[in-house]
Amino acid sequence: MTTDNASARLATGADLKSSADAAAPAATSKKRTRATRAMIDRYHWLELVGIYIGIALFLFFILAPFIEGFLVSLKPLGLLFSTPYSFWPKNGSFDAYFSMWQSVPMLGLYIFNSFFISTIITIVVILVVVPAAYAFARFPFAGAGMLLGGFLAVNMFSGAVLLIPLFRLMRTLGLLNTYWAMIVPGAAFLIPSSIWLLRTYLMRIPRELDEAAWVDGASRLYTLRRVILPLAMPGIVVISIMTFIGAYAQQFIFALTFNSKSEFMPLPIGLFAFFGKQEVVWNELMAASFVGILPVMIVIVFLQRYLVAGLTAGAVKQ
Amino acid sequence: MTGTRNATLFAFALLAPALIYILAIVAYPLVDTVILSFTNAALRPTYDWVGWANYQKIFGAGNFTEVILRTFIWTFFSVSLKMILGTCGAILLNAAVPGQALFRILTMPPWVVPMAIGIFMWGWMYNGQFGMISGMLQNFGLVDRPVAWLAYGNTAFWATIVTDVWIGVPLVTIYLLAAMQSIPKDLYEAAWTDGAGRFYRLRRITLPLMVPALMTMSLLSLIATFNSFDIIWILTQGGPSGSTTTMIIDTYKTAIGSRKYGEGAARAVVICIFVSIFCIVYFRALRKLSGSAAK
Repeated sequence: MTTDNASARLATGADLKSSADAAAPAATSKKRTRATRAMIDRYHWLELVGIYIGIALFLFFILAPFIEGFLVSLKPLGLLFSTPYSFWPKNGSFDAYFSMWQSVPMLGLYIFNSFFISTIITIVVILVVVPAAYAFARFPFAGAGMLLGGFLAVNMFSGAVLLIPLFRLMRTLGLLNTYWAMIVPGAAFLIPSSIWLLRTYLMRIPRELDEAAWVDGASRLYTLRRVILPLAMPGIVVISIMTFIGAYAQQFIFALTFNSKSEFMPLPIGLFAFFGKQEVVWNELMAASFVGILPVMIVIVFLQRYLVAGLTAGAVKQ
Repeated sequence: MTGTRNATLFAFALLAPALIYILAIVAYPLVDTVILSFTNAALRPTYDWVGWANYQKIFGAGNFTEVILRTFIWTFFSVSLKMILGTCGAILLNAAVPGQALFRILTMPPWVVPMAIGIFMWGWMYNGQFGMISGMLQNFGLVDRPVAWLAYGNTAFWATIVTDVWIGVPLVTIYLLAAMQSIPKDLYEAAWTDGAGRFYRLRRITLPLMVPALMTMSLLSLIATFNSFDIIWILTQGGPSGSTTTMIIDTYKTAIGSRKYGEGAARAVVICIFVSIFCIVYFRALRKLSGSAAK
């Protein structure tokens, strides 16, 4: 799924352009349009019921694991392992949220590691992507199109396919069992989509600004730093959020294969060891999972606008 | 700007970090995989060139073609379900009803939370004795005894597909929703003025204009699903008795599990060939679509 996310963001630009082009005459006779729209969007009550039932079923599928996971974290273990199944936690409590810190003594460290790895990946990606995206946006050098396509193709190969040589590479570089074994390959697969996204954003900044700075005698590097970067900040923020969430969501295969030291494990791998045990303490596992999920949930609620903006960046008419 | 050669040099200087990074971490390993597939590399430091022996071995063993076939069936069902559910979701979320903004936010969680954690939750739901799915079905009287979904080949195969669909659907939905919203509103208004009903507008305006987006998303989804690893590894590790072993899982087991790097690399090369074919189709489609947009 990981590559899916990344490349889909890229693709948005290419195929939505056609429909965006046709949108131009929509500005005419606004008043009449609004009245028509209100009438188009008026639903018969039966249609409304149908739509809400549809949405409820759809969201049930999406949210069921979270609801069940949360209820499980509230249930005492005795109730969990009893039949018949009961959906509601009778005499539920938040005990698991306290006892889990004893059962998984490194839990705090796992959560820290997850954040740490994602943060460093985000920094690495931004440092590499900003100049590259600027180059693609402003300099139509020979082979630019092919190179951009080459970057895009990186998204099609998952890390899992390249695991053997990557393992050997990490071993040669002496990075096995360090944070870098998870950061270096993790960042590589997040770079291409970010280049694509930021390039689209930078192309919307008027070229005249660069030229004006050039005429005033500013060097190319100065122009990038003092003219373009401040204007590109919103775009860079979107990319940072997308990269961080991507890095946070994808921590699994590299951490599973390239690191065996528990002090460097990110949360998913730390919990996976817990998951593999003969007697799984499910309520604590779910409680720990929710603590790990919480930060991204907060991000979705507050930065939802940016997420959608990132996804649909290419859809805006240039 | 002046100085084309100078500008090109500057552009390459800006590109250098990204280019070197990708060459070292993605391109070099890709080449190394192909080279290793012709050797008998294993845990020991030295290895020899063995020619096509690895390929003869994996295609001769018989179960490899079975694995390829299984991967395609698994991918086919997963991608189809993602696309169908995603399209339905996008149409529903596009309806101008109160609560629309909230519903859109609620669609996102499976996409943004750590994948592994979402899969742990499914792992519990599939639990036969105490899990939610088996429990609910029993409470409603649809099954008469506990069903351990991950313990039987058939059910495990479908259980992993359902979880894969769950993780993929939010992205498909939000992507298709964005495409749907960029369809010019006047088209709907003109059709409405001419007396076209809601379903007629959906069938004759929305769906035809969505074809490019649907095609792009299907191909991207196909590539991602084909490469899916985490879900199967966490839920079943390819079991029971190989019934959920897809090509990626098979490669991982050979290479990392049994430390047969050479043979694992040969299996990885076969995956790469399939992915490259999908990739070519994808780029062709993309070029065709942007070509028709330019007209």
